[in-house]
Amino acid sequence: MMMRPTMSCVTLGRYLTTRGGRDLHSGTVLAQQAAVQADYFGEDQRSMQKTAKRIIDEDINPYVDQWEAEGMYPAHTVFKKLGSAGLLGVNKPVEYGGMGLDFKYNIALNEELGHINCGAVPMSIAVQTDMATPALARFGSEELKRSFLEPSVLGDMVACLGVSEPGGGSDVAANKTSAVRQGDDLVINGQKMWITNAFQADWMCLLANTSEGNPHRNKSLICVPMDTPGIHLAKKIDKMGMKCSDTAVIYLDDVRVPAKNIIGEEGMGFTYQMMQFQEERMAASVLVLQPMETVIEQTIAYLRERQAFGQPLLNNQYIHFRLAELATEVEMLRSTIYRATDKFVAGEDVTQLASMCKLKCGRLLREVNDSCLQFWGGMGFTNDVLVSRMYRDMRLISIAGGADEVMLGIICKGMGILPKKTK
Amino acid sequence: MALKVLVGCKRVIDYAVKIRIKPDKLGVVTEGVKHSMNPFDEIAVEEAVRLKERKLAKEIIVVTCGPPQAAETIRTALAMGADRGIHVEIPLDQMDTFQPIHVSKVLAKLAEQEKVDIVMLGKLAIDDDSNQTAQMTASLLNWPQGVFASKIDKTDAGLEIIREVDGGLETIRTTLPAVLSADLRLNEPRYATLPNIMKAKKKKVVKMKPADLGVDMAPRIQVVSVEDPPVREAGQTVSDVDDLVAKLKDKGFSSA
Repeated sequence: MMMRPTMSCVTLGRYLTTRGGRDLHSGTVLAQQAAVQADYFGEDQRSMQKTAKRIIDEDINPYVDQWEAEGMYPAHTVFKKLGSAGLLGVNKPVEYGGMGLDFKYNIALNEELGHINCGAVPMSIAVQTDMATPALARFGSEELKRSFLEPSVLGDMVACLGVSEPGGGSDVAANKTSAVRQGDDLVINGQKMWITNAFQADWMCLLANTSEGNPHRNKSLICVPMDTPGIHLAKKIDKMGMKCSDTAVIYLDDVRVPAKNIIGEEGMGFTYQMMQFQEERMAASVLVLQPMETVIEQTIAYLRERQAFGQPLLNNQYIHFRLAELATEVEMLRSTIYRATDKFVAGEDVTQLASMCKLKCGRLLREVNDSCLQFWGGMGFTNDVLVSRMYRDMRLISIAGGADEVMLGIICKGMGILPKKTK
Repeated sequence: MALKVLVGCKRVIDYAVKIRIKPDKLGVVTEGVKHSMNPFDEIAVEEAVRLKERKLAKEIIVVTCGPPQAAETIRTALAMGADRGIHVEIPLDQMDTFQPIHVSKVLAKLAEQEKVDIVMLGKLAIDDDSNQTAQMTASLLNWPQGVFASKIDKTDAGLEIIREVDGGLETIRTTLPAVLSADLRLNEPRYATLPNIMKAKKKKVVKMKPADLGVDMAPRIQVVSVEDPPVREAGQTVSDVDDLVAKLKDKGFSSA
């Protein structure tokens, strides 16, 4: 069966929230950022972005409101669409269905995913492409890559990352889940929490203690099929935002998997996870640029129309100056992300810059969303507008994927100002 | 008998952009503005690719006449499935005087040189709305034309084309070779997958100038001025039909 991706004729006339497009209500041109991006990304990266945008316009955004209301989005369906277009394995090995391209292509794609009108779906995609699979792609055995990586790249399997636990999110070294060797098998016991995609996942990239000793050297990453007996998904966590993302508490009771499901070397799990932190943080940062711009643009459009005391709200200097401040900060963040990307692609260590980007993006999101929500007034407080959804969804960014406080610790360490731990 | 298809595509200002008139009122602002392939040309490229998938066409050559930046338009067509490209380069400062008559001459020359069976174009470009190129190309070549096509089929003798006309749909039959132009409902264009975008980078694109094809660039049309349409004025609500009729009479729209 040939899957032909298509653009409907309706898209020709659909331009309400297209960037660089026309706002139907006021006929005002929205920010023409196309020129800015065109300077940084190459022609093929821009083509890739156009393809991603069409999938978003056709297969994702029309359904987001419904998915948010239902508290679930169809990950398999969306991943298959993206996988068929070659977008789930941009920097994964060609032998396993990937495109083998460099990290800048990831950044290009993630920036475009910011056009999705919620936080949950891009977050779920990022788990698939940038969190559950990089270590597998780099260090997994041929057999593991065939069984788990290739289907994930093609969009046939949904992956989740089992690292966080009730007793430790930021403090990964404190993980208690254990995987004890029994013959050729590992028997896994423990709990995981905050696991995105869990209810729909076909497999989990699990971090567990495979031996005693130094907590940074006793953990391994293990590929665990989600239909293995002993895996119990407790009730879906009821969150204030990211509503259509299924987030679970997972209980593992004597879950038995072959020991050969360990990715790479036993004991290296913690190190492997840490190695991809730079990419995770840059990806997370670039993902939220467009949502901030969309919120600012929509706020401007609204404030042009909304009158108070005889004039449009936008005419108040306090308001348009504030919006200018926010737009300035977004551009500053964008430039830093691009700079970190270039250095990373050139082979440099960008731990410091990537951590700064992650710290800044979480905090800037809160400023943008809070200020804009305020300007929307009563309407901003309803669930009918995007700004309130972004306010709820994006509040997570300061917490997940490396909490602000952890980022600050890393930056201090890099600056040499972190006090030494007294034992 | 697999056909050779020449598809024309044009780089135009993106349909979603709000157009602004230049201060000299002789054109529109194009610098720093987002451009894309003319939507009707995307439909034309898609139809050519489908002909190839149906094994009715064996080779698709995509051609564009435009500035250096138009190379991106060719890559898009290659990523959709065209085999190779021809970029007839027009310097950016000469684009204002480059008109459909010139494009038609270029296409006619290339159609003969490449010995194609079908020249496939979009019915019009959304920047100038000319709707001339397909017709003039057919005339220069003395080939039959099937314009505003909403369905194209191969027959033993040539092509059967359903055209969208004011009165409805018209079915015509032509021999080959022929010039066709794509209307909106001919198909829904595919988007390029990432593997195809990457493959497109390796496909051959040849550059040339209009002079290489013996086409002179002297303009035949002079643009006198370009202006915004008049601002739409507020309407009037009327209370009932009698009121409406009375108002129409007042304004001289009805003599009854």
